[in-house]
Amino acid sequence: MKITDVIRELGLKVLSGHEGLENEVTGAYVSDLLSDVIGNGREGNVWITLQGHHNIVAVASLKDLAAIIIVKGIQPDEETIRKSKQENIPLLSTEDDTFTVAGKLYNLILKQ
Amino acid sequence: MQYRFKIAGGDFSNAGTVASSVKKILRQLNINHTVSKRIVIALYEAEVNVVAHAYSGLVEIDIDSEKLRAYIADKGPGIPDIPKAMEEGFSTASPQVREMGFGAGMGLSNMKRNCDILNITSEPGTGTNVEMITYFKPDAR
Ligand SMILES: Nc1ncnc2c1ncn2[C@@H]1O[C@H](COP(=O)(O)OP(=O)(O)OP(=O)(O)O)[C@@H](O)[C@H]1O
Ligand SMILES: [Mg+2]
Repeated sequence: MKITDVIRELGLKVLSGHEGLENEVTGAYVSDLLSDVIGNGREGNVWITLQGHHNIVAVASLKDLAAIIIVKGIQPDEETIRKSKQENIPLLSTEDDTFTVAGKLYNLILKQ
Repeated sequence: MQYRFKIAGGDFSNAGTVASSVKKILRQLNINHTVSKRIVIALYEAEVNVVAHAYSGLVEIDIDSEKLRAYIADKGPGIPDIPKAMEEGFSTASPQVREMGFGAGMGLSNMKRNCDILNITSEPGTGTNVEMITYFKPDAR
């Protein structure tokens, strides 16, 4: 499954990082603590979070994550968007809360 | 080869720039991606610790054919009980720092997991020194 499939199935909005839309998805991780993601996120994971400042892109890039989903329609900082373009990490947005979008993604990943 | 960088305490907008500079250097040197990833992760955590907990820091990176040595020396409050600080979940991060998603108390254990040798020394009230060594070949230790 690719990020484009996740976007289509979950109705996500692409905020930036279009070059990474073909990234392969290996799974997902949910956390709002950056060091937790550094310790437990896996390459190719989609990361679901409510954090919007630019350090999330640094963390995603360090861990070779496939994309970041920002929940509850939270608007990330300008700098986050700029960095995500630079690092080719797709920033995706949803109006759903973490529980809801994680549930949808869980089902989607199980289905395949 | 030797490289030096400065870190400003409290400057979260530049947190991670040392780690990303070193990432570029390692890419130019054609260092294996898995090894380079470990080095950069450990360095990112050390860098963020200076930003989050100290006033200013200096980073020295030494690279030879077999290993990378990073030395991060900061001026700051220091760490009174290093074994305690190494425990996962222990954090003295301020509420503002936590709001940005730091303060899980996992940085030091991420550093330990992502380098071959970790030495931390600290004088409370003065500062903290972190040395991390990583070998380019996994069996070269
Ligand atoms: N350079 C430093 N100067 C002073 N204290 C430090 C320094 N590095 C770590 N510490 C102390 O050790 C604690 C644990 O550090 P660690 O990196 O594991 O977690 P954290 O920085 O609090 O949170 P996280 O890294 O998960 O975002 C810190 O909360 C702080 O009290
Ligand atoms: Mg830390």
